[in-house]
Amino acid sequence: MKIRRRSITVIIVFTSLLVLPDVPAFAMHISEGILPVRWAILWFAVSAPFLFLGLREVRLRGQNNAQLKPMIGLVGAAVFIISCMPIPVPAAGSCSHPCGTGIAAIFIGPLLTVVVTSVALVLQALFLAHGGLTTLGANVASMGVAGAFTGYLSFILARRLTGRWWIGAFLAGLLSDWATYSVTSFQLATALHGNAPLGKFFLTVLIAFVPTQVPLGIVEGFLCVGAYKFILTRRPELLKIFAV
Amino acid sequence: MKIALAGGLIFLLALGLYIGLRFSECKWAGVDESVVGKFAIEANRPPQEPLINIERGDLPLLLFLLAGAAGGFTAGYHFRGLFPPKDKG
Repeated sequence: MKIRRRSITVIIVFTSLLVLPDVPAFAMHISEGILPVRWAILWFAVSAPFLFLGLREVRLRGQNNAQLKPMIGLVGAAVFIISCMPIPVPAAGSCSHPCGTGIAAIFIGPLLTVVVTSVALVLQALFLAHGGLTTLGANVASMGVAGAFTGYLSFILARRLTGRWWIGAFLAGLLSDWATYSVTSFQLATALHGNAPLGKFFLTVLIAFVPTQVPLGIVEGFLCVGAYKFILTRRPELLKIFAV
Repeated sequence: MKIALAGGLIFLLALGLYIGLRFSECKWAGVDESVVGKFAIEANRPPQEPLINIERGDLPLLLFLLAGAAGGFTAGYHFRGLFPPKDKG
C-alpha cells in the first residue's frame, strides 16, 4: 500500500514536471527544462545509487557517533549557503558560485556529501529558482558525486604523497570545483551537441566556464585550507572522529 | 587591532565594489545565463520557468533573506554544539 502510494506520487510529480510552461528563467546550476527527458532520467539513475549509499551511511555511522548529525547539519548548511552565493568575478565580468563540496567531502566523506548536496539542491530548486527538479539528478551528479569524490580523493592522495595537509585541502577545494563544472560541461555537451562533434562542443562549453571558474576554484581552495586549519586548531579530535 | 583590520577590509571591499559597479559596463550575469543558458538557447532548449517562480518584484530578496537566515541559523546552531566557547568547552 505504502509502495503503491509512493509510486503514484512519483508519477504525479514527474508528469507535472514534464508539462511545465516554456518560459525563460535564469537560475544557477543546470536550469529546469534544459536537459531532454532521457538525459534527465539517465542522470537521476547515475546519482541514485550514491544517494542510497549515502543515506545508509548516515544510519550506520550515526549509530556509533553522536556528533555525526550536528556535523552533517553544519556541513549541509555550509554547502547550501556556499552553493547559492553568486560571487562577481571581475576578470570575467560575470558571477558564479563556489560549490563547497570539497570542504564537505574531507570533513564527512564523499557519500555523506552526496546526501547534503542533494538536500541543498532540492531546497534551492524549490524555493530559490536555482537549478531545477527535472535537472536535479544531473546537478547532484556534477556537484555532489563528481565534486565530492574528486575533492576527497585529491585530499587523500595529496596528503599521502606530500605529507602536508594544506596542499591536500587546497587541491580538494580547487579540483572539486573544477570537476563539478567539467561534469556540467559534459552533461550539457552530451545533451545539446546536436550535429556538432561531442568533443568539440564539450571543449567549447568547458572553455566558456574557464574565466569564472579558474579564479573561483582558487578561492575555494583557500577557503578549504582555512576551514581545515580552523578545525585543526580548535578541535583536532573532530578530524579523527569523522575520518572516513 | 582586529576591529581596525575588519574596518579596513570592509572599506576596501566597499571601495572596490563602488569602483567596479560605477565604471564597469559588465552585466554581472551568472554563468547559468552567460554560459549554460547561452548554449541551451542555441540548441533550442531554453530554460523553463521553475516550479515555484520567485521572479516577482522583491520576492527574491525576501526568499534569499529567509534562506540565508535559515542556513545561517542551522550552521550556527550546530557550530556552537561542535565548537563550544573555550570557557565552556
